[in-house]
Amino acid sequence: MPRPNHGPAGGQNYEKAKDFKGAIKRLFSELNTYKTLIVIAFTLAILGSVLSILAPNRLSDLTDEISAGLVINQNNMEILTKKATENLSEDKLKELLPEILKPNFSEENIQNIMQDKNISNQDKQKLGEILSNIEKNSEESFKTLAELPDSILEKIFTETTYEGKTVTSKDKITLLKMDKENKNLNLSQTLQEILFKEVTIDKIKVSSSDQYKFVKTLSTLDKNEGEENIYKTLDTLPKSVREVIEPVMNISKIKSITLLLVCMYLASALFTYIQSICMTDVANKFANNLRSRISIKINKLPLKYFDKHQVGDILSRITNDVDMIAQSMNQSLASLVSSITLFLGSIIMMFVTNWILAITAIVSSLIGFIGMAAILRKSQKYFIQRQTELGNLNGHIEEIYSGLNVVKTYNGKTEASQKFDEYNEKVCQSNKKSQFLSGLMQPIMAFIGNFGYVAVCIVGAMLTMNGQISFGVIVAFMTYVRLFTNPLSQIAQAMTSLQSTAAASERVFDFIDEPEMSSQKDITKHLDRENVKGYIDFENVVFKYDGNENPTIKDFTAHAKPGQKIAIVGPTGAGKTTMVNLLMKFYDINSGDIKIDGVSTKELTRENIHELFTMVLQDTWLFEGSIKENIIYNQKNISDDKVREVCKEVGLDHFIRTLSKGYDTILSDNESVSAGQRQLLTIARGMIQETPFLILDEATSNVDTRTEELVQSAMDKLTEGKTSFIIAHRLSTIKNADLILVMKEGNIIEQGSHNELMKQNGFYASLYNSQFEQ
Amino acid sequence: MLKLIKNLTKRELLYALFCVILIVGQVWLELKIPDYMSEITVLVQTEGSKMSDIILNGGYMILCALGSLIFAAGAGYFAAYIASEFSKNTRKKIFDKVQNLDTEEIKEFQTSSLITRTTNDVTQIEMLIAMGLQLLVKAPITAVWAITKILNKGWQWSAVTGVAVLILLGVITTLMIIVIPRFKLVQKLIDKINGLARENLTGIRVVRAFNAEKYQEDKFDKTNNDLTNLQLFNQKKFAIMMPVMYLIMYGLTLSIYFIGAGLIQNSLLADKITLFGNMIVFSSYAMQVIMSFLMLAMIFMIVPRADVSAKRINEVLDTKQKIIPGTFDGKTEEKGTVEFKNVSFKYPDADEYVLENISFKVNQGETIAFIGSTGSGKSTLINLVPRFYDATEGEVLIDGVNVKDYKFEALNNKLGYVPQKAVMFAGTVNYNISYGDNGKGEKSQTKIEEAAKVAQASEFIEKMDDKYETHIAHGGTNVSGGQKQRLAIARAIARDPEIYIFDDSFSALDYKTDAVLRKELKNYTKNATSLIVAQRIGTIMNADKIVVLDSGKCVGMGTHKELLKTCDVYKQIALSQLSKEELENA
Repeated sequence: MPRPNHGPAGGQNYEKAKDFKGAIKRLFSELNTYKTLIVIAFTLAILGSVLSILAPNRLSDLTDEISAGLVINQNNMEILTKKATENLSEDKLKELLPEILKPNFSEENIQNIMQDKNISNQDKQKLGEILSNIEKNSEESFKTLAELPDSILEKIFTETTYEGKTVTSKDKITLLKMDKENKNLNLSQTLQEILFKEVTIDKIKVSSSDQYKFVKTLSTLDKNEGEENIYKTLDTLPKSVREVIEPVMNISKIKSITLLLVCMYLASALFTYIQSICMTDVANKFANNLRSRISIKINKLPLKYFDKHQVGDILSRITNDVDMIAQSMNQSLASLVSSITLFLGSIIMMFVTNWILAITAIVSSLIGFIGMAAILRKSQKYFIQRQTELGNLNGHIEEIYSGLNVVKTYNGKTEASQKFDEYNEKVCQSNKKSQFLSGLMQPIMAFIGNFGYVAVCIVGAMLTMNGQISFGVIVAFMTYVRLFTNPLSQIAQAMTSLQSTAAASERVFDFIDEPEMSSQKDITKHLDRENVKGYIDFENVVFKYDGNENPTIKDFTAHAKPGQKIAIVGPTGAGKTTMVNLLMKFYDINSGDIKIDGVSTKELTRENIHELFTMVLQDTWLFEGSIKENIIYNQKNISDDKVREVCKEVGLDHFIRTLSKGYDTILSDNESVSAGQRQLLTIARGMIQETPFLILDEATSNVDTRTEELVQSAMDKLTEGKTSFIIAHRLSTIKNADLILVMKEGNIIEQGSHNELMKQNGFYASLYNSQFEQ
Repeated sequence: MLKLIKNLTKRELLYALFCVILIVGQVWLELKIPDYMSEITVLVQTEGSKMSDIILNGGYMILCALGSLIFAAGAGYFAAYIASEFSKNTRKKIFDKVQNLDTEEIKEFQTSSLITRTTNDVTQIEMLIAMGLQLLVKAPITAVWAITKILNKGWQWSAVTGVAVLILLGVITTLMIIVIPRFKLVQKLIDKINGLARENLTGIRVVRAFNAEKYQEDKFDKTNNDLTNLQLFNQKKFAIMMPVMYLIMYGLTLSIYFIGAGLIQNSLLADKITLFGNMIVFSSYAMQVIMSFLMLAMIFMIVPRADVSAKRINEVLDTKQKIIPGTFDGKTEEKGTVEFKNVSFKYPDADEYVLENISFKVNQGETIAFIGSTGSGKSTLINLVPRFYDATEGEVLIDGVNVKDYKFEALNNKLGYVPQKAVMFAGTVNYNISYGDNGKGEKSQTKIEEAAKVAQASEFIEKMDDKYETHIAHGGTNVSGGQKQRLAIARAIARDPEIYIFDDSFSALDYKTDAVLRKELKNYTKNATSLIVAQRIGTIMNADKIVVLDSGKCVGMGTHKELLKTCDVYKQIALSQLSKEELENA
């Protein structure tokens, strides 16, 4: 079946609507019924997008909080340093030293030193000098003392006690010689205890020895060393000190941010879920509604519509087009809304946060998008080309496969192969191009994202250095870049699908809007099936098909009396079915009148006329359903016995009962019911109707002869007591007809009984004689 | 599927290798990007870092991104190349195969199914190759690579990622299990909807004549509602997918950060910065892992569909040609004779014979007709001549030589075959009449017009807009059934065959045209032999010999008059079509 609007599976549909705006407008006006759901869905989509825009900021807050845990606690570090070095400051030392050192400058002691033979004269002289100055400047005195050799100092600084602790002379010498910068500090336990007083910072006690280690480590630190090494050295500090200076994370804040984010994500997920459920609901109910309307419409259209439109075309509206609309409503519409929100929202947020970065982000992504648009346009061209080439190829394949016997016997295989190769190669070439180009989209998108990221980072870093923005702004922008670039491609995608949707809905609504059959509201007359006598009068009937130049039936007059047999003959395509169409009021006549029992068919409803006629057509129309359903077809109060009775009459009963499920056997295409049996089934269906009039299209010759006889006798039974119109294919059966209408090229050219027509020696006679010609 | 993929040429395999290498390169660069990203982050974050460092790292990152873009483009090119070439070659293979398939197999496959196998099924696999080559290679590489990059960076994080992947796969699998069987059902219901609408459309007159509009609409609505409910069920289940994916991805990031905070808090000072860096890198790699598993899941969704297609294609390709051409080039002394010697035929798996022990001979210039009820085997019988089928037993001789010995071309050059359903090709009237090759070179315009005249086609051709250059649409939709039939007959006449085969070719013609055409044909082709299958007695009653078939057996042979007297079956057929007096008149 041709499906003109459908590419091969998975292929993109690039069809465009004739009037895009109009089609979309119409679509939305049709969607009015589902307004509430759509509004809910759109609101949720927007809310979800807003959350997506807000969430990154919280996430960067979280990062900030965590990164706060990387830097040492400067505050505590300062306090500790201050406390620890308190006693080491010069002023403090000046105060403390004399008390701790308690030098022994007594005469006796000096004397002893001077007389000591182990001390060189030079040293003794120095001591003398120092001693002479000592009174003048006590401040300098200790320093100068330090220049003396240990042998002398040992004697000056003898072991004493300070604050109850014994200070040895060795300790004193160390203290005396202590570097101002506290470098190469090497204090004994006693000295440590004296110099560093235990402190408590943030409830952590730092012992004197820990402080000593801290000060000592700090003094050895080289500021120019790498950060990592510094941290490594710091990690060797005593536990108490580490605890004091270690970085602190605000765990409770981290917890609360995480909790907030979890809530946001959950809310966003929930919104998305509810939104898509709403849209699914709308899409499917709308599709259901459209399908149902098309199905109803089919039965309201005048038959002439179907003369011009193919079944496949209408079917494709019911399935492909409606599917397309449903799909795009389900997927594209809400995503379009949220994409636009995301897009606009991120732009607003960017400009609110920092306009320079905003411009950077937009410009850098835009460059990429211009490139992408160019590729998109090109790939679209190749896609269309691919579709056409594929269409050609498929057409060729279809042609060759369905005519394969002819191709084979006419030695056309080589030619077919050559043509196939040609088409195949063309498809292959355009395939390569279109697939390559469409495959580029994803990587380009990724590149644009990365490019924007770097651009924002660089410009952001510059601004940070100038102190214009904080680091958090950059982190926020990194996510804005992503939020900004992603929806653009989604919008592009949604727009393409909206194009196809517009085209699809245009086709669907075109069909739904087709003019229907004329209204029957004003008709009041009604003929009862039981009371109709069976007269039919054609009075000066003129009928012309739409689009035809000449009327098919010109000024036709004939009268049929109850029980008469009227035969319609003529070559195929002569318009015999036109008579059926007019009798059944499938078409309205242009002028003249057709009367049933003297009542004009114009004054009767179509349904009323149909009630009066039994129609058995040549193309045996059966539907997928049980045999019984097919026979009873839409008739009320038909008993099973009646069905069997009718089947017996047409000679089907035996056959039906040989089937495994009898009358409940489901008829489908592959069932072993022959063409003749199908014909008999339709006759049985007609028999059950019991109407005053009959229209009968005789069986084709494609039925085998035995069945044909059966069908023939069944048909004869059917005509009993009815005014019958018979479309005849075999001239033998119509010779006894009361009236023969001879049609040629759509016109009734002769009418009369067999004998009359033979006498006329016109078309009928030549037709009749032709079957005996040599 | 693998079987088909084995058909890739060396060049395509080489390109596939290139493609894989390029994808490895692409993955490598893509996975480097997060490194630079975190480097830049750290640089921007630490006070006093140099602008030049940021620009340098940024430059590297853009280079990586550009490189990965180029690699991706390269991989995409090769993938597109392989997929297109593959589908081209596969289509060609199927086409060649189908052209040589025996009629019997074509019947079994059905033409429409063969068409979809050559078109849609190939496209399915083409898509899988194009996507699969990129995704199927990329996803596992990315997943494995990213996993190795992050595996030693903290088991806690790895554990969380593992859990996330498990949840992801769990959700996808559950959805698949619930929804996929229903998807198949959806297809069935769509077919049913289509069927119901088609039923209403094709039977529109009957529907209206029975006032059964409501009946049809109710039937349609029922299925329509079934379909809608099923779709709603499916799609609502699927609606869970996106939010869950979203939650898994962001939940994972959050978990990594949260765990990271704990880890940093409890670590040595020196490790904190590294841990932080790891955390950032880990979260971006973890996303890559999740994404690649998502991609894999997607592939596993299309693989089953492509697999079905592959199976259908292989079914065609694996079919063995049973009718093998002979070597005889067709030069015979005898001309225009057809002889059946005790020919029987049955389908390979069938028990019953379609034809049993048929023998007859026609000489040059004679007409032989075959008549019988449907299923009597008359079409099968003449199909043995052009070797649509081969006789199971006995011999079919053309010009004294067994048809099995002929080269196909040589045999066909002797035949002019007209099928019951006329075949039209897209092209001009000229093209359609001169179609094919009869081994006698190109057909002249006079020849074509002559053929059209004999076939009673010249009258309507002359009336067409461009006469013999008029374009005939696909399937001949712009000409009527009778016109098609006459063009098909003209095509056979233009071939100048020794033997005509008319397989019920006159049924679309009215009596008069039928009669005139046969008369003209007889005059035009005095030396040609005709084999005619017909339903109408009128068509065949003047044949030199009539073979009456009943259930595959020959129940009578002779002229019309002889058969009327001797053959009951023939008499029955004749009586059903003509009245007694008509028969006598004749």
